[in-house]
Order: sequence, then C-alpha cells, then structure tokens
Amino acid sequence: MEIVSALMDGLWIAVQPHNLALAVIGVIVGLFVGALPGLGSVNGVAILLPFTFVINEATSDPAAPMIFLAAIYYGAMYGGAISSITLGIPGASTAVATTFDGRPMALQGNADRALVTAAVASFIGGTVATLFFTGFAPILSSVALDFGNPEIFALMLLAFATFIGLGGDDIPKTMFSIFFGLLLATVGFDTISGEPRLIFMNEREQTAVLETFGAGTEAVPFFDSVSWFSRGIQFLVLAIGVYGIGEMIWTINASRYKVTMTETTISFRRIMAGIVGMKDAWKGTMIGSLLGFFVGILPAAGATPGSLMSYGVSKMTSRNPKSYGEGNPDGVAAPEAANNSASTGAMLPMMTLGIPGSPTTAVLLAGMVIWGLEPGPRLFEDRPEFVWPLIGSFYISNIVAVLVNLAFIPLFLAVLRMPFTILAPVIFVLSIIGTYAAYDNMYDVWLMVLFGFGAYMLRILDYPLAPAVLAVVLGTTAEEKMRQSLLLSDGNFAIFWNPFFDRDGKGQEWWIAPVTTWIAVILIVLPIIIWAVRKIRGGSPAEA
Amino acid sequence: MRLLKTLTLGAAALGMALTATAASAFEPSKPIDFVIMAGKGGGADKMARLMQSIVEQNDLAGQPLVPTNKSGGSGAEALTYMNGVNDPDHSIMVTLNSFYTTPLRQPGLKVDNMAFAPVARMAEDTFVLWVHKDEGITTLDEFIAEVKKRGNKWVMGGTGKNSEDNIITDHLNEAYGLDIKYIPYKGGGAVAKDLAGKQIQSSVNNPSEALGFYESGDVVPIVAFTNERLPMFPDTPTHNEVSDGDDFAYFMQRSVVGAPGMSDEAQAYYTALFTKVYESDAWQKYKNDKSLMGDLMSGEELSEYWGVQIENHEKILKASGAIK
Repeated sequence: MEIVSALMDGLWIAVQPHNLALAVIGVIVGLFVGALPGLGSVNGVAILLPFTFVINEATSDPAAPMIFLAAIYYGAMYGGAISSITLGIPGASTAVATTFDGRPMALQGNADRALVTAAVASFIGGTVATLFFTGFAPILSSVALDFGNPEIFALMLLAFATFIGLGGDDIPKTMFSIFFGLLLATVGFDTISGEPRLIFMNEREQTAVLETFGAGTEAVPFFDSVSWFSRGIQFLVLAIGVYGIGEMIWTINASRYKVTMTETTISFRRIMAGIVGMKDAWKGTMIGSLLGFFVGILPAAGATPGSLMSYGVSKMTSRNPKSYGEGNPDGVAAPEAANNSASTGAMLPMMTLGIPGSPTTAVLLAGMVIWGLEPGPRLFEDRPEFVWPLIGSFYISNIVAVLVNLAFIPLFLAVLRMPFTILAPVIFVLSIIGTYAAYDNMYDVWLMVLFGFGAYMLRILDYPLAPAVLAVVLGTTAEEKMRQSLLLSDGNFAIFWNPFFDRDGKGQEWWIAPVTTWIAVILIVLPIIIWAVRKIRGGSPAEA
Repeated sequence: MRLLKTLTLGAAALGMALTATAASAFEPSKPIDFVIMAGKGGGADKMARLMQSIVEQNDLAGQPLVPTNKSGGSGAEALTYMNGVNDPDHSIMVTLNSFYTTPLRQPGLKVDNMAFAPVARMAEDTFVLWVHKDEGITTLDEFIAEVKKRGNKWVMGGTGKNSEDNIITDHLNEAYGLDIKYIPYKGGGAVAKDLAGKQIQSSVNNPSEALGFYESGDVVPIVAFTNERLPMFPDTPTHNEVSDGDDFAYFMQRSVVGAPGMSDEAQAYYTALFTKVYESDAWQKYKNDKSLMGDLMSGEELSEYWGVQIENHEKILKASGAIK
C-alpha cells in the first residue's frame, strides 16, 4: 500500500505541466535521434546533459532533469525501430533484431503495420517493465547482485546460443559468421592484460613506421596502426557497413532494370487496423517484455542481448519458425518490446547499485552524480522525492512516446515513397555521415566501406551477417567475463558448468551459472545434431 | 538612430581589433576533446563529468568539453590516442596512476609521460581496504588470519591489471605472506557491486566508489592506505598504525593533462580554467565528501611530482616482478 501511495504522489508530480512538457520534448528529440543511423540514445543524452542544469535551476524540481533525459532514452528506443524498418539500417545495436522481420514487412508494402507493431510493442514492453520496477525494485536489485562474472558469461553464452537459430538452416555458415564477429571483437587492446592484439603490426614494424613518419601525423593515415586497429572495431562501423552499404548494393543488384518503389499508403483506418492486428504479435510482445526486462536489470548486459534473445526465443517457440525473417509481426514485436523493457530494467542497477547496465545509463548515472544524488542502495530511502516522480514519469513517458510515435508514422512512411534510385544514394550518404558522426574518425569510415563490400560478397554467397554484427557487440563483454571467471577458478572451466565448484573456499553451491550454461549448451548442440542428422539422412538416398 | 548604429558598429569593430591584437592568448576554437582514461561509472569517470558540469554550469570555457571514455588496456588506449591526436591544443585528458604504470609496463607504446602538458592536479584520491560485512572481519589482523586460512581462494577485485589496486594487492601479498588472487575489472563501480554481491572477497576501492555500499552497511572498511585517518571514517585506522612497522601509504593522482605537443598558450589557458574549477564550491564540496586529499598543482611543480611518482612506481613494479 505504501508503494501505491508513493507512486500516486510520483505520478502527480510527473503530470505537472513542466514535467509533462519535458517528457514530450524529450520523446520527440529521442525519436529523431534514434531514427538517424549513427546517432543513438547515448549521443542524445550526452549532448543534452549540460542543458539539464538549466532545467534544474528553472524548475527546482529534483526529478525534472532526469525525467527529460529518461524521455530521450525512451524516445530513442522507439525511434531505433524506424530506420530499421524503413531503411533497413539499424540505428543502434538494440534495433538490429528489428530489421530481421521489419525490413521484409516494409518491402512487402506493410511498413505501416510494422511501424505500428513496433510502437505498440514498445509501449507494452516499457509499461510491463515499469510495473515490475515499481513493485519489486529492491528484490530485483539483489538478483542483480547474484550475477557475478561466471553468471554474466553464462548469460552471454545463452545469447550466442540464440544466434544459432537466427541464421536460417545453414548452421556451418551461421557458425562462421559468429566466429568472424568474435574475431573482429578481439581487435584492439585486451582489457585484462592491456596488450594490443591483431593490430597488424609487430613492434619492429611499428618502430620503423613511427621513425619514418612520426606518431599520429596527418601524413600517414594508412600506416599509423596506433590510430587504426588499436582503436578496436566498433559495432556501428560493422553494422552500418553491412546494412547501409552491403545490403544496399545487394538490393541494387537484385532489382536491376526495374525501378522499384515500395507501395505505402497510410490512413487513420490503417493505423487502427495495425493496432487491432497486434493480436497476431501478442506472443512476441510478451516474450520481449519479460525476457527483455530480466536481461536489462543485469549489469553489463543491456538491451542488445535482451532484444536478440527475445527474437530467438520467440522464433524457437513459434509453431511456424520458417515465417521468421519473411516479415512475421512477432519478429518485430519481440525485439521492440524487449529493448524498451530492457531500457527500463537497466535503470534499476543504475539507481540501486550505481552500476550502469548500458552506455546510456552510464551517462544518466553521471548526470545523477552531477545533480548531487548518490545512486546506490540507499537512494530509494534517502531520496524518495526524486525516485517516485521518476518512476511516475516512466509511465507517462511511455504513453507520450507511443502517441507521438503513431502521430509521426505518416512522416516516416514518406521516406519510403521515395523512388529507390533516390533513396539508395541518400542511404549511402547517411551511412558515411553517420559513421563519421559516431566516432569522429575517417579510419572508421574507410573500414565501414570495406565491411560494406565484404558484406555484399558474403551476401551473394548466402552467409547470414546478423550473427557477426551481434557477436561484435557481445564479444568484448563475453570475453572479459570469461577471463575474469577463469582467473577466479585458476583456469578451471568447471566454474561455468559445475554448481559444486568451490569458488571462495567456503564450500558454497552456485547454481545460476551452471543452469544457464547447460541451457545454452543444449540450445547450441541441439540444432547442430538435427542439422547433421538431416544432412546424413538427406544425403544417403542421393548417394544410393 | 543612424548615429547610434554607426557608433555601435564602430565600438564593435574596435572591440574586434582589440581581440585581434591580443591574439597571443589562446581561446579554444572548437569543442574540446575531454578524454577519460577509465571506464564509465568509476571514480575517474564521475570526477571528470563533475569537472565538465562545473565548467558548463559556470560557463568557464568558450567551447564545450566533450567527454569520451577510453578505458582499454589500463589506459593504454587513452595514452596512445592522446599521443596521436591531430590537434593537441583541443585535447585534454583526466588521468590517474596508470598514466605512469602503463608506459612503464609497455615501452612498446612509445608513450613519454613528460611530453604531456602538466595542466593541473586536482586532487589525490585515497584507498581503503574493504570486505563484505558477512565475513565478520573488522581489523587488519583478522583479515590476514582469514586470508591465510582461505589460501588462494581469497579474491581481490580491482580496476585494471598492474594498476593502483593491483599494486596495493601485491604489497599486501608480499608484506604479510598472503596468496590473494587479483582479478582486474573495467571500473571501480563493477568492483564495488561484486563485493556487495559477495562475488569477490575484498577490494581496495576509493572511498567514492564504495560509499553507497558502505552507507547501506554491506561493506566494512578495514584500513586506509593514508598517512592520517580519513575524516569520513574516523574509526578506521591507517594501515601504518596497525601494520607493525610495514610502512605503506598510496595515493592516486587525479590530474588533467594536455596532449603531447600542446602549445604553451593553450596549456596556460587550461591551467587557468581548471584552477577556476578547483576553486569552485562544487569541487571543494566533492573533495571533502569523497575523502579526497592533495592541493592544486600545475606546470613545473606538477612535472616534478610526476618525475618522483614515475621513479617510485618503477621501484614498486620491479619489486613485484611486473617489469624487469
């Protein structure tokens, strides 16, 4: 009961005109930032962080700056789906899974339906997560504490296991794609030892180049390995290369000699029909809402594995898995519900443990420190006048976001009415600008173009590329957590699969990591066995 | 009316001419790249964002500071990045002690500390030994006894390999014949959370990193590695009070440096800027609240301080076998 009255007070403050206005502005800013490839919620929140001091002073409401930034965060999560669906380029790693079915739906002339599904699923995901947040914040923060290094690694393994199902039937090609992504993720400085890896230059060559040209001079952009591969390969560079350049070339090639124009019509009735049509996507929405939230509250995981796993689980449990990737509304709803749900979930470890679960929450965390709040286990007790209006604003922002998003759908669809001969060059330009804007470095732009051509080749050879893109996102964390765990166990892998492995000399049992690992192993091995059996059975009659 | 306009224009032109004659003074002409040598959410990160907010709030700089975290390889990523920037006059970095230790360990990086511009040392951070309250340990002697009993199953979490936290752990192992296992993390925030979750058994977090879980009662301070007791933890002894003759105090610099090749004018500009930040109420309050020590230092004085610190760290790393 205490919670209900606190929440009511919080909601009341959140609907005060100034907070409501901040939520609306924040959502609109976020929607556009999220919809532009290359810019995501991190950029939006970071750029507008200084602006919150003005808000702080103008409103003298401790929650107002945070309400504004949280609204941008949500808006961007809604917006990420827009470029995934209309352009086929995921605006952020959280929206990669949305392209799998969102893009095919758009190509089939159902872009409006895909956008409506994404918006409504996002709304449900965000609201379900906020309900959990309201009711169980203290309990859930203790769950997050139970997830140490081996547990997070096991969870990453589970995320990778769901990849296997993503690439269609050709498992060896999917595995190749995953390992290629993991390989790219190792480029740059190793987190644990601090040594540079795969920078394509040994110390002797490095010295020679440095002596000839001098470090970091403009004259040697192609030889200066320090500013090249030691920076590592960023997710967006690969994602924009694969989707912005590679896919585009492929589409141009596939649609040669016929000028295609995606059919789109929009009317109030079609939007209503789309909302009614949500009943076809309720399962994906529910899976995404629940799984996304759970993964979101675990520090270091964030919304990307959440949206991905939700897509995988939704596909695995579907009666018709073949329809995924061909424009199944469930395939749009699951990742979209999940990334919104996970974003709310990620607020939890940030506020109660002081640990950011995603890059965006890291900026929000910094914001809270600057406004004089101390995120940590005592925040809920010490600063209710901040916490409850913020939770109230989660509800309000979600409602605002879904309404704003639905209102803007006709505008986004106008993009699709452009003939492809105009759209394709626009996408190329956006890809280059987006990459440069994200990292401020020409090296990344060249690398992006290179990845684009590589991706085109692999696309012709029918290799699935999404697993590689996602492996780059998760590979770094997975490796770090695996190596920290192995340091803990003196190199003994039993720490991942054996619940009786003694971690701290006190003879405790640890069940979370082993159970997760075993589920992941089954999910990885099962499709491989099925594939092998089919191959043998299918192969033998042909030989006979 | 026309006369007034002419006069205004004239005054404006005169003003511009005056600015032009004073061209020797540096003013940033584009957003300033503000590199943070550590991951998000840790002590260095929070401090850097606070500095940025003080600059923004009081409108101290003509251009915004744009923070970027480069946490890879215990600062190696940040150092090589700074070494190779195209525009050293618009690139500054928040550093900690990995500023000394990483180049010592990895001569291949070709990083020369002394080439960086000594802008300002904003504070010295302190270290405290923390354990979870469920261990039931409250003194250094109890700590040593329990760790010995646990053998190599006692785990210390810390930020980065061969970093400040690692140096302190090595010292404890050496001085008391312990076999503590050290696990590097990306940031102090993750270490604090894993200690509260009993995933690790101890940490040497800075007070600012462990404060939340100290206030909630999850973690307990054992000793402070300082010369005097910290005002915030008056009941926690310093290591030297209870160590039985083993003298060990350790601090971490919180400094702002300019990229190698920064012009003297730009360095003077940033020193003036961060002196204003240092003197602000917000910074002084933060320094007090988070048990930070050390006064402002810049220019020659800071360079000399670096020289002494590099020498000390070389000794420490050699003693622990991290470098030859």
